[in-house]
Amino acid sequence: MSLDLILRVGTKLILPFILLFAFYVQLHGDYGPGGGFQAGIIVSAMVILVTITFGLRAAKRIAPQEIVERMVPLGILIFAGTGVLSLVTGGNYLDYSYFAHEPVHGHHIGILMVEVGVLVTVSGTMIALFYAFIERGR
Amino acid sequence: METLINMALLTLLAVVTIAIVRQRSLVGVVILAAIYSFLMASVMIVLDAVDVALTEASVGAAVSTVLLLATLHLTKTREYAPVHGNIVPLALSLVVGAGLIWGSLVLPPFGVADAPIHQHVAPRYINDAIAETGVPNMVTAVLADYRSFDTLGEVTVIFVVGIGVMMLLRGRRRRADGSEESEGKK
Repeated sequence: MSLDLILRVGTKLILPFILLFAFYVQLHGDYGPGGGFQAGIIVSAMVILVTITFGLRAAKRIAPQEIVERMVPLGILIFAGTGVLSLVTGGNYLDYSYFAHEPVHGHHIGILMVEVGVLVTVSGTMIALFYAFIERGR
Repeated sequence: METLINMALLTLLAVVTIAIVRQRSLVGVVILAAIYSFLMASVMIVLDAVDVALTEASVGAAVSTVLLLATLHLTKTREYAPVHGNIVPLALSLVVGAGLIWGSLVLPPFGVADAPIHQHVAPRYINDAIAETGVPNMVTAVLADYRSFDTLGEVTVIFVVGIGVMMLLRGRRRRADGSEESEGKK
């Protein structure tokens, strides 16, 4: 139990930084390395760390199973919805030129929206898969 | 200096690969595969492909290791001794390996700027990506804008894989449990 204490306190200390790094990778993906895919993996790594250290029940308080499983299709809907939005605004499918007054800004906005969709699906899928494995093993 | 780093990394990759082949404990194989992914991520950093390196380190080394260990938790953790002889697989690997090496001989030299792959759409991305998308990271511009259909397909693949594995893992538990089986059939 005494060794466990170090693990628990250490995990609690680094959790916010993992999440912050994930959002940095997500939102900074247009300037530096990274994007929705990597950020989604880092978010799911945080939940996996919580599961390993504090157990499944604590992890499900942070990331409830229903929400995580709904995130799996929701991300694709955000991605495909961005395409539909570009159709509605007057471009081709997934052509973000008409999202803003200038095409360059429109493309920037479109890329950020699509990356959010990727983040939601990837993190949701990874966490849901991990939950499924853990529950099957019990 | 870069050559030295490359040689060290590639030698370590070869060592890890041989260790994976010789390892019979599957937990050891998973850990060695994680080491392989980290080495591969380092190789990608040396090649200036930081986006790929970040993906390899997070997906290959971290999450897939956890998922593989979770799989081993459900199954057995020792590899069975092979039932057939080694001659046919060895000959097949040698033939395929020799074919790949033979094919690589006619490729353009490594990293040459006028190779065909760098002449197709790459100049357009390099020259116009910032002007057309306003995104300095070219990789993101290609992934989420020029090739967003591909990325939509990739996300769909992740979705299908997630749904499929979840159905497999949950479906079997119902069959093992008698009371839930009738509920599942309704």
